[in-house]
Amino acid sequence: MSADELIWRIAGGSGDGIASTSQNFAKALMRSGLHVFTHRHYPSRIRGGHTYVEVRASADPVKSRGDGYNFLLALGDSFARNPQEGAYYGNEEAKPLAENLDELREGGVIVYDSGLLDPSEVPNFEERVEENNWHVYDIDLRSLARDQGREVMRNTAGVGVTCAITGIPLSAIEELMRDAMPEKILEPNVEIMETAYDLVREEYDVDAPDVSVPSGEHDEEQVLMSGSDAIAYGAIDEGCRFIAGYPMTPWTEVFTIMSQNLPELGGISEQVEDEIAAAALAIGASHMGVKAMSGSSGGGFALMGEPLGLAEMTETPLVLIEAMRAGPSTGMPTKPEQADLEHVLYTSQGDSQRVVLAPGTVAEAYEASRRAFQLAYEYQIPSMLIYDQKLSGELTNVPASHFDREPNADIGFTLTEEELADQPHTNDGKFHRFQHDGENGVSPRSVPGQKGGRFLATGNEHNPAGHIDEDPNNRVAQMNRRQRKLDAIRADLDDDGLLVEHGPEDADYGILTFGSQQGTVEEAVDRLNENGTSVKALTVAELAPYPIDAVRAFLDSVEEALVVEMNASAQFRGLTQKELGTHGEMLSSLLKYNGNPFEPAEIVEGFTTNIVEDGELPGNETKFVPAAGD
Amino acid sequence: MSAFSAIGEEREVDRNEYTPEIEPQPTWCPGCGDFGVLKSLKGALPEVGRTPEETLLVTGIGCSGKLNSYLDSYGFHTIHGRSLPVARAAKLANPGVEVVAAGGDGDGYGIGGNHFMHTARENHDMTYIVFNNEIFGLTKGQTSPTSPKGHKSKTQPHGSAKTPIRPLSLSLTSGASFVARTAAVNPNQAQRILKEAMEHDGFAHIDFLTQCPTWNKDAKQYVPYTDINESEDYDFDPTNRAEAQELMRETEDKLYEGEVLTGVYYRDDERPSYQQEKQQIGEMPEEPLAERYFDGDYEWERSYDQFIDKHK
Repeated sequence: MSADELIWRIAGGSGDGIASTSQNFAKALMRSGLHVFTHRHYPSRIRGGHTYVEVRASADPVKSRGDGYNFLLALGDSFARNPQEGAYYGNEEAKPLAENLDELREGGVIVYDSGLLDPSEVPNFEERVEENNWHVYDIDLRSLARDQGREVMRNTAGVGVTCAITGIPLSAIEELMRDAMPEKILEPNVEIMETAYDLVREEYDVDAPDVSVPSGEHDEEQVLMSGSDAIAYGAIDEGCRFIAGYPMTPWTEVFTIMSQNLPELGGISEQVEDEIAAAALAIGASHMGVKAMSGSSGGGFALMGEPLGLAEMTETPLVLIEAMRAGPSTGMPTKPEQADLEHVLYTSQGDSQRVVLAPGTVAEAYEASRRAFQLAYEYQIPSMLIYDQKLSGELTNVPASHFDREPNADIGFTLTEEELADQPHTNDGKFHRFQHDGENGVSPRSVPGQKGGRFLATGNEHNPAGHIDEDPNNRVAQMNRRQRKLDAIRADLDDDGLLVEHGPEDADYGILTFGSQQGTVEEAVDRLNENGTSVKALTVAELAPYPIDAVRAFLDSVEEALVVEMNASAQFRGLTQKELGTHGEMLSSLLKYNGNPFEPAEIVEGFTTNIVEDGELPGNETKFVPAAGD
Repeated sequence: MSAFSAIGEEREVDRNEYTPEIEPQPTWCPGCGDFGVLKSLKGALPEVGRTPEETLLVTGIGCSGKLNSYLDSYGFHTIHGRSLPVARAAKLANPGVEVVAAGGDGDGYGIGGNHFMHTARENHDMTYIVFNNEIFGLTKGQTSPTSPKGHKSKTQPHGSAKTPIRPLSLSLTSGASFVARTAAVNPNQAQRILKEAMEHDGFAHIDFLTQCPTWNKDAKQYVPYTDINESEDYDFDPTNRAEAQELMRETEDKLYEGEVLTGVYYRDDERPSYQQEKQQIGEMPEEPLAERYFDGDYEWERSYDQFIDKHK
């Protein structure tokens, strides 16, 4: 095992503490000065089933999951057993071991719980171990944990074993456990971890594999954060104090973080009957002058199309979050995909005015969340943030200073009562809320309870005073004004740095991507360049209004480009071709939609096979779709 | 000067203030019951002491949805069935504003039925008027959730096989703390009930019978009305849930046969509103949330100060 990076995979059943253990482990590595990145894989069930988390750690910045991994900690799935009959559900029992071998690198380490896992149930286990030069540690973690505490603490025992083999000091983990656990649970956990550590140190040859963990140092203090954390904190810093939602994976993460924190900040969170209500509540609160948001995932977002249109027509600022997962319908609830792009861009009837942003990294998720609120309130328009199950749950280190920003609770062009008095009114005192002459399309607004500001907001076409009006001239004037907002927003966004270029400026080839694939693509680009292929990447985080000029300039600077996205119908490539109206002949696609995000090697392989060598992809993990002209 | 000086303003309010000076010609048909709702609402709001600028009227879609074109307050004309969730949040965001929601029987009991049930359950402090004419009017006469069984329409040519919804019982069962029925042809009672509803702290649901002379010519079936709060035939205590339930059952069973009972069926003035409950458990600020955005001195919390440590 190379000392460049440690990729530690902890596998077991849902409910066995895989997530919390891996989070602590990642944090300990981050605190020791390493860069970390986690990748989470879990089934849609509460307890049991195959789940794993990878923690990748390196002295250099890591932007993605790695290619495979080099350390497996296989815990028994305690929920795989049927307690009534003492029977097994098929081969569930062996899954933590059996399901994880394909991607384990040569020379890697396997630690498995011999108290619960039987390698004889794993096909060709011995042969594969020998073939791949794996180092196997069979340790009865279950008995070890049971003897000193509770069986469920075998994850802690596993961490003790990991530390013994890799040389990570136990103190680093202990410190975190002290922060996270009450005294009563802490004591046995520490004891179990130490016992496991000592046992391995005494009885096994830990020097056999080359498993020293890389060492590193950070220039500044780091924090471990997920995309969901970053989105929630961005919203809070922009003064969002009202959220309404309905739980749906993976949107629930943002909803939960907000709900747990808003009351302490004097805000309001509402869990309501459905997603139509959720978006409508956000509109109601925003109409009153409060910064509000809602959100969902694919199927729930489908219900929001109707209130979304209402926000557009009434020009009520609205922020909606869409956390994509594999579809159609309920699809694969816990697996990432980027296939709701067209859904978010085009849902709801009529000519649409909306903003769609797609952050690519955890750090960017914070900025994009803030930007979504700024645009929504400045331009009185719905703005949506789309991301996916990958970005929502992955943890990575970000400099703490990145979040050290000033709050902004500005609600945009909203008048005071003094200012309202000078505005045009109808004879009976109705304020002209929807005036035609706003240069950037934005009309000043009032909120209920203000003197002199009374108006009617309606989802029907309306005149400046808000009265329903189907006069053709009024219709055109209002529609033109609403459309003008998009040009102004596009100009604003051009200065935002939402387009991230990576790689040599004069590269021969390009890779175009959006959202959570950014880091993986960038890592692939680095490797391609190291291997002598001249390629650069552009990640587009601004999907509506689309940055036509910038993308065109990028594509004009290369011979050919590969569009990388996680869906089956090349939606982002389609959007790019539609917006540019050209370049279709030079864009081919690399797609993946099997429930797992790309690994860097798959992009390297896909690029090399299709662009450089004109060959065929092995296997069916990814798919290649040639350019329109081919 | 407060950012919301219209809220709590104490002055005499003239009902004409609610009439737009250049009144859009109401598009309701001659003889429509909706005129009765508009009239009694214009009468009740000044009685409650609410000015047009501290009142938000949220409507759905349909003939009823046009109410706020003819009532000159702050207004939000939403979409079919969605007036309640918009209204709920508006009230949470700024409890000082008088929030009245209105919609039709198709809008409120059909497409918005889910929201109705949950708003009643949560007991949001607001008034909800359902224009009940037992028909879809603006879409030209289809069977609605309150149309009687056997009702024939273009979309149900063989007569509806469905039992009509029981709005009063549904409301009570769902948890509304004020349930009443009135009728457009009873303007005095309607005005009294609207006033009581707006003064009530909690979800006040009024099933407002409105005749539709164009699409539901049988509207005359509603006459005669009996006011259960006034009539000597009914020794009735509206704070008694069981009695309310019994009366609702009675009238909802024979609504299509003759005597129609109207009045306040049920009121629970002890039960705290949702806003109060939420404040008690610490999930809603004491001061109206909306005010904070107009307070230049308010110090907004930063996530960096609040949460960053747990990620270190």
